[in-house]
Amino acid sequence: MKTSPKITVGKGSCGIAAGASEIFEILSNTIANHAPDVFTPSVSAVGCIGMCYLEPIVNVDDKTFIKVDQKGAGEILKLIKGEENHAENYEIRREDLEILSAQTRVALQNCGIINPEDIREYIEKDGYTAARKCVLEMSPEDIIAEIKTSGLSGRGGAGFPTWFKWQAARNASAGNSVSPERKAKKYIICNADEGDPGAFMDRAILEGDPHAMLEGMLIAARAIGSDEGIIYVRAEYPLAIIRLEKAIVQAREKNFLGENIFGSDFNFNLRIKAGAGAFVCGEETALIASLEGQRGMPRLKPPFPAQEGYRKMPSNINNVETYANVPWIIRNGGSKFAAMGTENSKGTKVFALTGKIKKGGLAEVPMGKTINDVVFGVGGGIQGDRKLKAVQMGGPSGGCIPAELGNTQIDYRTLAQTGAIMGSGGMVVMDDTTCMVDMARFFLDFTCKESCGKCVHCRIGTRRMSEILERICGGEGRDGDIELLEELAENIKQGSLCALGQTAPNPVLTTLRYFRNEYEDHITGRKCTALQCKALLSYNIEPKACVGCTLCAKKCPAGAITGAVKVPHKIIHDKCVKCGECVNVCKFNAVAIN
Amino acid sequence: MNCNCKNFTLLEPYLQKYEGDSANKEGNLIPLLQKAQDLYGYLPPDLLAHIAERTGIKLAKIIGVVTFYTQFRTKPAGKNLILLCQGTACHVNGSPAIEQALKEELGVNEDEITDDGLFTYNNVACLGCCSLSPVMMLGDKTYGNLTKDGTVEILKNVRREALNIESAEVKS
Repeated sequence: MKTSPKITVGKGSCGIAAGASEIFEILSNTIANHAPDVFTPSVSAVGCIGMCYLEPIVNVDDKTFIKVDQKGAGEILKLIKGEENHAENYEIRREDLEILSAQTRVALQNCGIINPEDIREYIEKDGYTAARKCVLEMSPEDIIAEIKTSGLSGRGGAGFPTWFKWQAARNASAGNSVSPERKAKKYIICNADEGDPGAFMDRAILEGDPHAMLEGMLIAARAIGSDEGIIYVRAEYPLAIIRLEKAIVQAREKNFLGENIFGSDFNFNLRIKAGAGAFVCGEETALIASLEGQRGMPRLKPPFPAQEGYRKMPSNINNVETYANVPWIIRNGGSKFAAMGTENSKGTKVFALTGKIKKGGLAEVPMGKTINDVVFGVGGGIQGDRKLKAVQMGGPSGGCIPAELGNTQIDYRTLAQTGAIMGSGGMVVMDDTTCMVDMARFFLDFTCKESCGKCVHCRIGTRRMSEILERICGGEGRDGDIELLEELAENIKQGSLCALGQTAPNPVLTTLRYFRNEYEDHITGRKCTALQCKALLSYNIEPKACVGCTLCAKKCPAGAITGAVKVPHKIIHDKCVKCGECVNVCKFNAVAIN
Repeated sequence: MNCNCKNFTLLEPYLQKYEGDSANKEGNLIPLLQKAQDLYGYLPPDLLAHIAERTGIKLAKIIGVVTFYTQFRTKPAGKNLILLCQGTACHVNGSPAIEQALKEELGVNEDEITDDGLFTYNNVACLGCCSLSPVMMLGDKTYGNLTKDGTVEILKNVRREALNIESAEVKS
């Protein structure tokens, strides 16, 4: 009798979107129906391994198969049954495997490897041993000291030292009870409202290894002396919510949550709260307001949440990735974590590589790697081998770092010097077809819509900036627009209460700093060199290249192309709506855009 | 989607549960509104008034909360709500062209219902599937690596399925 192979299918949101559910069904149904007496391979679903560009991914023992379609699933089944097969056509290439080995996985260590819906698999990976140690062997002070040694800082954006927050919440007096039914207590809150466009590492952890985050929260609760936790998750992540719910139920069954955890007198209970869609709720005080059923509007700090947070009680808020690092740190020691990274940024960080990159997905690397290391080393370079133009880091609060600064080390301080920020780790890669003014317009449009409206500068200022950028991209830029943008940017930074407003002008300021010529081209030259801003483009047919096939004239939705068979065609500019359809259909590259 | 009754019996069990949890009244408002939207598809004024009356929270406050969060709808939507991602990665990889395709194929603008009542589309911030950009969600399903033609194909399939279901219902 053969030993049963272990088969896993990557079923994160990204895998499912690529068709993983179908493959999972085929594999598990066929296997269930096929001679169960001979051997019983098990098929289980795992989270996202981070190589999203290769989904759907199937693992059979230590073999990895990529981009598995129905035919591929058939070949894999043959392989499992020991029949002749062509499964090797789907096997992962070595260069892609190297991407994984080039990473150092702490927060993502189990993602894509264990079944997130089965707590036993997490326990097999030493899961909950860190929590046991913290509850039974370590004092809260010891835990905080270990985190301090590790140098872990908040992975959500601000990069504030985690131990300091925990210490503050621990030292805060829980105060007097507000009313008879509300007794004084402290809260542990997990910020899983991952709102930065272009960042999805928290989703991957929630979907792929929810227990790591739960264990991190449990340890934090022990450290600050809290018995109640809340996870604030985006409603846009339905799968993450389902897996978290299952994880909480299973942890409760094992008594990792609930009363008298590990037989001690320590109690901790957790619940999930689905967000309702507001980017600003990633800000601590806004998140608390939202938990309390209010509009999610930030308030002035101090008092900090550690002193007066949820329901006016001391509260500690960290994001998903931060908590997911904690069990590893306790198991391996803070100094091992601190040995990775740079002087002022310790440990590893997960980056979400997206945009015009060949190998998009998640990559966890030690701090201190350069942007080029990540983009070219892990990400495989730019799609179509085009030229890297810039990397946008830190979402709407961050900035665009130009290709010339590709050797910038990724750590909190050096990134801040470029005008961008680490943020939550989104890296959107742009090539020469990306217009930087359009990028700035995109971000200001975003922050302007997401501003909560409390501060005048943020509410009205971002709108004015967005309008000016809209105008510039629309071909109606004026003299003095750049200066006006700079003035508004400065005022918004000064006049906003929370980080959303204070950082909202960053995309404009960094693009102005590194790509000022593009703004000038738009305003004075009335041209968009990246050929993105439609209002500034004009389409023309090269008479020499055109053979008169009439295809473009047939396809043109505006009827703007004239010409007869075998006679070069012509575009009537007054009628042209600049949809680009003629460029797409022309087989002779006869349509030029300028 | 039709709001099927004036007295909102579907919501009743949740309102009772709400009344039972006196320690956490305000904090439970958003989950209650989410439940109501789940049940009725959107939050019409009379539903909000009903919730205000039953919870004792002022209507003005409830409307303030409803209009603050993008998840809440005060207008009905088509049977299939499409969320088109307008995150950074999707933007860079061509989501504006996908929106154009949706507009042309459905013949509506954002947040409007198609004539057959089947579709409404909304632009949303990031759906967190950036490596498959451009992306949209239709119901619970995520579609990635969209092209203009591919998007039209997806819509046609949904429409075809809806017609099949309808004709099957007629036959039975």
